[in-house]
Amino acid sequence: MNTARLTELILNLGQVIEQNRDYLTDLDRAIGDADHGINMTKGFRAVADKLQAVAPADPAAAMKTVGMTLISTVGGASGPLYGTAFLRAAAAVAGKADLGRDDLLTVVEAALGGIKERGKAELGDKTIVDALQPAAEAIRSGLQSGAPTAEVARQAAAAARKGAEGTKEYAARKGRASYLGERSIGHQDPGATSTTLMLEALASFLEG
Amino acid sequence: MKKLINNPEVVVEEMLAGLEAAHGNLVRKVSDANVIVRKGSPVAGKVALVSGGGSGHEPAHAGYVGEGMLDAGVAGAVFTSPTPDAVYAAIKAVDSGQGTLLVIKNYTGDIMNFEMAGEMAQADGLQVASVVVNDDVAVENSTWTAGRRGIAGTIFVHKIAGAAAERGDSLEEVKRIAEKVVANVRSMGMALTPCTVPAAGKPNFTLAENEMEIGMGIHGEPGTHRDEIRPAKDVVQHLMGKILPDVPYVKGDEVAVMINGLGGTPLMELYILNQEVRAILEEEGIHTYRTYVGEYMTSLEMAGASITLLKLDPELKGLLDAPANTPAFHQR
Repeated sequence: MNTARLTELILNLGQVIEQNRDYLTDLDRAIGDADHGINMTKGFRAVADKLQAVAPADPAAAMKTVGMTLISTVGGASGPLYGTAFLRAAAAVAGKADLGRDDLLTVVEAALGGIKERGKAELGDKTIVDALQPAAEAIRSGLQSGAPTAEVARQAAAAARKGAEGTKEYAARKGRASYLGERSIGHQDPGATSTTLMLEALASFLEG
Repeated sequence: MKKLINNPEVVVEEMLAGLEAAHGNLVRKVSDANVIVRKGSPVAGKVALVSGGGSGHEPAHAGYVGEGMLDAGVAGAVFTSPTPDAVYAAIKAVDSGQGTLLVIKNYTGDIMNFEMAGEMAQADGLQVASVVVNDDVAVENSTWTAGRRGIAGTIFVHKIAGAAAERGDSLEEVKRIAEKVVANVRSMGMALTPCTVPAAGKPNFTLAENEMEIGMGIHGEPGTHRDEIRPAKDVVQHLMGKILPDVPYVKGDEVAVMINGLGGTPLMELYILNQEVRAILEEEGIHTYRTYVGEYMTSLEMAGASITLLKLDPELKGLLDAPANTPAFHQR
């Protein structure tokens, strides 16, 4: 995947987030403060403006722009978390003109590492991690199995979807939802959901 | 949703413009950030105090910018922590070389964004310290949660640390005093109605006509539990039953009291709550030194209130008594 195609993918992610703005906001209304969809949409619109104004030099530059823009526009916890994720992903592929098959794992694992470090969450806390970590594991085993990249991405999306839907079963231990205690059970985590939507968009993009 | 706004996308910008227009003798808005700073910033020879958070809690925090309290208030989107560049812009606008103390309410987003801004300022060679306010007793402070929230008790940190900074205390001293306030302040709130974030268009939860929500925070999120509406006496009994044992506040203590309206509750009701609080304090042999009744940290138009107690000692009393001149808080 070259820079132009990555840029197209990122714009795509933004569109998917925007299409799901109300859905994400509704999830955040149930166990948060009803602004996840609103803020993420704002962030990705700013990302689209930036990327369309100045073509990034390489994939790392594109992802760095995403990270910096999300940090400076989204706010809340999502801004720093997703921002850090993209910045770490960018650093992990610094200098590369093209992203290869293995970079899918490199990028996702770097993103996951950034989120866990910034947010201090572990699997089971009912956060982004509960979608992103299973996705990273699915990518690792998918690549090892030799499956085509698009199929690996689809497996990752499915793992994320399963993780996100699974968050309904338990209480949140991080973030605003944690104040609700047991009342957060039965509700899907907004962050795990936006992560899943992005991974599903990635899979669809690669499938063409 | 009935609101007196123009467009949900610009509520914060327009609010800050209106605030600056109303209080231009005390504050000004930083040109390219949603930050309100004290007129004359950076004020020479004193530690700068910077606070902020999501909008929708007015007068917190921009309303507390001025002599004796904050040097800068950073306004995020409604109910959303401000981004690091806004907090960084605030620090740069008010730091006079004596260092800056960030007063951060304990929310995941606030902490991450303020810390990132502090790192950015430190990379510039500025001295930055921070204190986290977590006065809400509604949530158990445990490893199973993001910790206790910062709510109306934050105002006492602004006032008391602000007074320490105003008289020229060092950054270490201002931080020590702020931490002492945090250690001695506790709050808890309840709601009769939810609120509506302008961009969301519908309320954050629904309460039946006969219901009240206990222990919710200031962002419209659901609380710890729901109950049938009770008379003010019972509500206060419940809230004080959680607040008093938490420090604990005991016989012989002296306290400052804050009855904080969440935005949709009439002053009449806040005063009714206050006389219930006073009755309980007197029963407990706790002396009330000062009382503040009004809207200090709201949640848009939520009907409801929070009660805050601050245990005082001679040092805190002196600083609480010091003058302050800000849009929302005046004391001579």
